Amino acid sequence: MTKPIVIEKNYAQYGFREKDESVFRTKKGLSKEIVEEISKIKKEPQWMLDFRLKALEHFNKRPMPTWGADLSGINFDDITYYIRPTDHQAKTWEELPAGMRRTFEKLGIPEAERKFLAGVGGQYDSEVVYHKLKEDLEKQGVVFTDMDTGLREYPEIVKKYFGTIIPPNDNKFAALNSAVWSGGSFVYVPKGVEVKTPLQAYFRINSEKMGQFERTLIIAGPNSKASYVEGCTAATYQADALHAAVVEVIALPGSHFRYTTLQNWSNNVYNLVTKRARAYENSLVEWLDANIGSKVTMKYPSVYLAGRGARADILSIAFAGKGQNLDAGAKAIHIAPDTSSTLINKSVSKDGGRTNFRGLVKIFPGAVNSKSHTKCDALILDEKSNSGTIPQLDIDENRVNVGHEATVGKIGEDQLFYLMSRGLSENEAVSMIINGFFDAFTKELPLEYAVEFNRLIQLEMTGAVG
Amino acid sequence: MIRVLEVKDLHVSVNGKQILKGVNLKIQKGKLHALMGPNGSGKSTLSYVLMGHPKYKVEKGKIFLNGKDITKLSPDKRAKLGLFLGFQYPIEVPGISMKNFLWSVYKNSNNGKSSYVDFNETMNENFEKLGIDKNFISRNLNEGFSGGEKKRAEVLQMSFFNPKIAIMDEIDSGLDIDALKIVSKSLKKSIENNTGILLITHYQRILNHIKPDFVHVMKDGKIVKSGSYDLVKEIEKDGYEAI
Repeated sequence: MTKPIVIEKNYAQYGFREKDESVFRTKKGLSKEIVEEISKIKKEPQWMLDFRLKALEHFNKRPMPTWGADLSGINFDDITYYIRPTDHQAKTWEELPAGMRRTFEKLGIPEAERKFLAGVGGQYDSEVVYHKLKEDLEKQGVVFTDMDTGLREYPEIVKKYFGTIIPPNDNKFAALNSAVWSGGSFVYVPKGVEVKTPLQAYFRINSEKMGQFERTLIIAGPNSKASYVEGCTAATYQADALHAAVVEVIALPGSHFRYTTLQNWSNNVYNLVTKRARAYENSLVEWLDANIGSKVTMKYPSVYLAGRGARADILSIAFAGKGQNLDAGAKAIHIAPDTSSTLINKSVSKDGGRTNFRGLVKIFPGAVNSKSHTKCDALILDEKSNSGTIPQLDIDENRVNVGHEATVGKIGEDQLFYLMSRGLSENEAVSMIINGFFDAFTKELPLEYAVEFNRLIQLEMTGAVG
Repeated sequence: MIRVLEVKDLHVSVNGKQILKGVNLKIQKGKLHALMGPNGSGKSTLSYVLMGHPKYKVEKGKIFLNGKDITKLSPDKRAKLGLFLGFQYPIEVPGISMKNFLWSVYKNSNNGKSSYVDFNETMNENFEKLGIDKNFISRNLNEGFSGGEKKRAEVLQMSFFNPKIAIMDEIDSGLDIDALKIVSKSLKKSIENNTGILLITHYQRILNHIKPDFVHVMKDGKIVKSGSYDLVKEIEKDGYEAI
């Protein structure tokens, strides 16, 4: 048991491919013409085209980030930026072309929708090919649709909020997304409405060497309550793919919005995502962020605590295996008084994988009585793997309460021996310990997702056996 | 006589230090064997090495379970052959509830063909028998358990898994008189179910509640004397020095 635990990743269940049946794709590479072409296909208003072109300028000007993960493998000229899988968005799974339908069925989405979801959106390469919301929620004025439809049908709301939390010049990949975005979700929960079951979006990359750039805008009305869950997987290829999403959440006063991500991209995906929320007075924003897949992830869900009494809970986990670098974290920016934030990170690295926690707590002058607590725990399974912690505290106000704690550990020989003495194999014992380690995350998930999550961990651990 | 667990000339070292220096022992099914001896004589080492802890190195000798040589088997394989170790210091596993743990092990031992209903029934029975609070089940495995709770949880697992041979390492330490009675009763029940038990203890106390069929005394890495219950009285009177 002192030998390193070497377990191959088991992605067979998710990495399958369907034949390319796309109806249109832009030619490889990125240019002004391509951006104009995307906007034209989507029949967008002039302001959105202008927004895109300005973003493209930012993208071109901006150097690649030199901190964080190694991004030198990305070849922007070898990526297809827009692939239209079908011309019609389906309202029933039966309407979908066979390959897409098969894909979502294998991933269990239609079944989950029948059982416990309030609404589902399914994106396949660049477009959302399926979307549906339960009728009673529609009647209450809840909007859950794809971003392109949102722009067409709710132009004034979109124009008011789009790009306000994450402007195109925020960072290189937010600029890229702003230039070529397609798909993603548009959510609007009216004042006082509570959506009791999750809204689910599923993002699937099927094509080789493509970039998926979904764009999500969520507006939680005053005193509303809702949760959104996104899942992501991709077909496995030798060549790399790029996923660069932008997610903006506006939590109006008194609202409670929870955003959950179960990221399980294939190991050829660069996952470079900007996620940020603005929390108004007495609102609560929760980011639950699980990173299991991808080659490289750089993602730091953030909350601007802009109104008095606003709260942010950011719970992120990462599980890095062979060849993976998961650079994840959280940011809480306290602007208003009486605001509080909790940043919790749990990471496991094995078989040469690397995890990194990057946390930022910033407290502006005047944000009196703000409270923040950061806690990160890392578990390293073997000598080849590693983990880092980079917490940053930037505090310009005296009357605050800020704490930080971090632990790094290994699976103890005695713990393993104890479980094995009960008849569990070494793999079973290790995955049990890991499930326990991630418990703080799992217990926050709705039961169905918790089961799925534990199964994912199990799959990760059984590769060598099966 | 059917010997279920047989230890032959066992020499064991840990970190280069010789601890067991030729242990010979035979444990029979449905019998209670008490193992006594002064601190540092190698009793706990014997329990760990019988279960296959990787830290302990077998230099010489063999361990047989039902005639099968298990000296080189991993702990999980030994468990599957019917060996159980009740730990002196049970290990905490954060984030895993007692129930999930027991269910995983239960499923595992039945090759995945287990009924959750049967599992629940067996579990409830055992909880009642040991006077363990029902909400115990949702607490994390050994985490934050009191000393007595940990010991009772070990006994619970023993009767739950119904092993051929159970090694119970100082299961009596830290128990109050009521708990001691319950634990003894549970051990008796397992013996009636034909489990052979090796009970490692420092004190006569538990042996007043459950009388051993055999008593073995260990000193300096060897079994120096084996006998009947009378041996306990002898030790109680004259100490280990006299043995």
